[in-house]
Amino acid sequence: MAITVTDVNKRFGDFTALDDVSLEVPSGSLTALLGPSGSGKSTLLRVIAGLETPDSGRVEISGEDATDVPVRKRGVGFVFQHYAAFKHMSVRDNIAFGLSIRKRPKNEIRERVDDLLALVQLNGLADRYPSQLSGGQRQRMALARALAVEPKVLLLDEPFGALDARVRKELRSWLRRLHEEVHQTTVLVTHDQEEAMEVADRIAVMDKGAIQQIGGPRELYEHPVNQFVMEFIGAVNRLGDTFVRPHDIELRAEANGITSAATVERLVHLGFEVRVELEREDGERLSAQVTREVADELGLEPGSPIFVRPTNERVFQETGAGI
Amino acid sequence: MPADAPNAIGGGRVARYGLRAIALSYLGLILVAPLVFVVYRTFDQGLDTFWNAVTSPDALHALWLTILITAIAVPLNTLFGIAAALMLVRSRVPGRTLMSALIDLPLALSPVVVGLCILLVWGQNAWFGASAQDAGVQVVFAVPGMVLATIFVSLPFVVREVVPVLREVGTDQEEAASILGAGSGQTFWRITLPAIRWGIIYGVVLTTARALGEYGAVAVVSGRISGDTETLTLFVKQQTDQFGPDAEVAAYGASVVLILLAVAVVLLMNLLNRKGGGDGHHGH
Repeated sequence: MAITVTDVNKRFGDFTALDDVSLEVPSGSLTALLGPSGSGKSTLLRVIAGLETPDSGRVEISGEDATDVPVRKRGVGFVFQHYAAFKHMSVRDNIAFGLSIRKRPKNEIRERVDDLLALVQLNGLADRYPSQLSGGQRQRMALARALAVEPKVLLLDEPFGALDARVRKELRSWLRRLHEEVHQTTVLVTHDQEEAMEVADRIAVMDKGAIQQIGGPRELYEHPVNQFVMEFIGAVNRLGDTFVRPHDIELRAEANGITSAATVERLVHLGFEVRVELEREDGERLSAQVTREVADELGLEPGSPIFVRPTNERVFQETGAGI
Repeated sequence: MPADAPNAIGGGRVARYGLRAIALSYLGLILVAPLVFVVYRTFDQGLDTFWNAVTSPDALHALWLTILITAIAVPLNTLFGIAAALMLVRSRVPGRTLMSALIDLPLALSPVVVGLCILLVWGQNAWFGASAQDAGVQVVFAVPGMVLATIFVSLPFVVREVVPVLREVGTDQEEAASILGAGSGQTFWRITLPAIRWGIIYGVVLTTARALGEYGAVAVVSGRISGDTETLTLFVKQQTDQFGPDAEVAAYGASVVLILLAVAVVLLMNLLNRKGGGDGHHGH
């Protein structure tokens, strides 16, 4: 294991940020910590980095106990949401910082920085200052700076959070390709489930300072262990005590005994698919997702009557948290 | 501002120019006119008269004393200011609110009161004064007391300028540096100090201006002995209290020297900053 976190607790005053958290991150994996704000995901990352000291529990990095190792000796790379660029240094000096602290020879530093500039596609920008770079370029610089010291693990704290949607998408797939190239063990903190699903091969879903479930993107979507994971990963309808995904609602033109009557309220065209917002006869509102083809076949229009049947309902016990 | 905004308040162009005229005449009347007048009266009777007045032994001694006191007070307050700002912003020590309030005290206290406090504490028969006397150091009515008074009144400026800059810079860069292997000393010299450089520079300029210009507190503790414990500001007052054209030119001349010193400090700090890598485009 590249990282093993065991029974970590962390409180800030009355607020429990981490509640007995344990996590294993396999070498070479890209693991996402996914959760809403205040779920403890950033705190967990900062505990791994040594930026926060846990109240109790242990952190191992590459099999060695790192709990009491100071930040500067942990050998981790860290990328901040707001870049944390050294504003008074050029791009080259930013990337070289860790190496110059380690007093590496000058030409070795220059070569390494040149390699990294190429890796993060910033060739030719070495003499610029951070203020002369775009957000996406700044974050790639920050990534190169973190990778320069050959960290044992790379920790990314909402690295794309401050970027606009288009750049975010680009950087996401770029990060995924980079990871495939270098296989650097990486932990990514994000509140964006789409980002986690797209980039990570393992996702730890966090809520209220605890890890709710760990698994691959598909596993989490198809077999959520509790209501929180079900609702956080993907869209969901709640009907009383049962939960059902929008694409698990069957629409029929005629009743067949197990369907219930409903009225179409609104159609939202999403390209290949159409989201149908419905109101059942009992007043329950739900949304169904069908292909365009199906929608056309049924002749769906606002106000038209329709018959619905959930095909894959799920019930969770309220206490059903944990892994 | 939208182009038609002034029309909304009815005046349009007239109101805009009116406001500008009021602001400019206010500045002209309050700031510029007296300064111009001082400079005019200084050189009124020729450069020689000015030169003789400001190079008299008493004037030169006052100049030297002013520079000496400033040269002691400013570095001390700069070091203290940086340390205090780091403590106020970065540490979690209890008592920070009290400390912050104390640092502002010199801004609220009249300098004369500051001078009296120093007299009370360091006077011949007072607490510290007696022990200093035993050790052979004369504090009150001598240079040490004047330095103390100047340090007191110019204490808040570096702290007050650096604190907001430290807050704004945040801890991200420092954390990034320590993750990259930098110790606390390296982080301070290579990351924190360059980041707060502008705050320090403004703080030093304000501290220097205050130290050069201080009158009240220094007047109380100095005893105002001509050619001995007289700074430039005290010299100016001393000369204006006398009659005659010589004294007048001396007073105006010393004032112009004070102005020139202040301008020199501002220029020097700008120059230092440029040399220190303050490439305008990513500065303040």
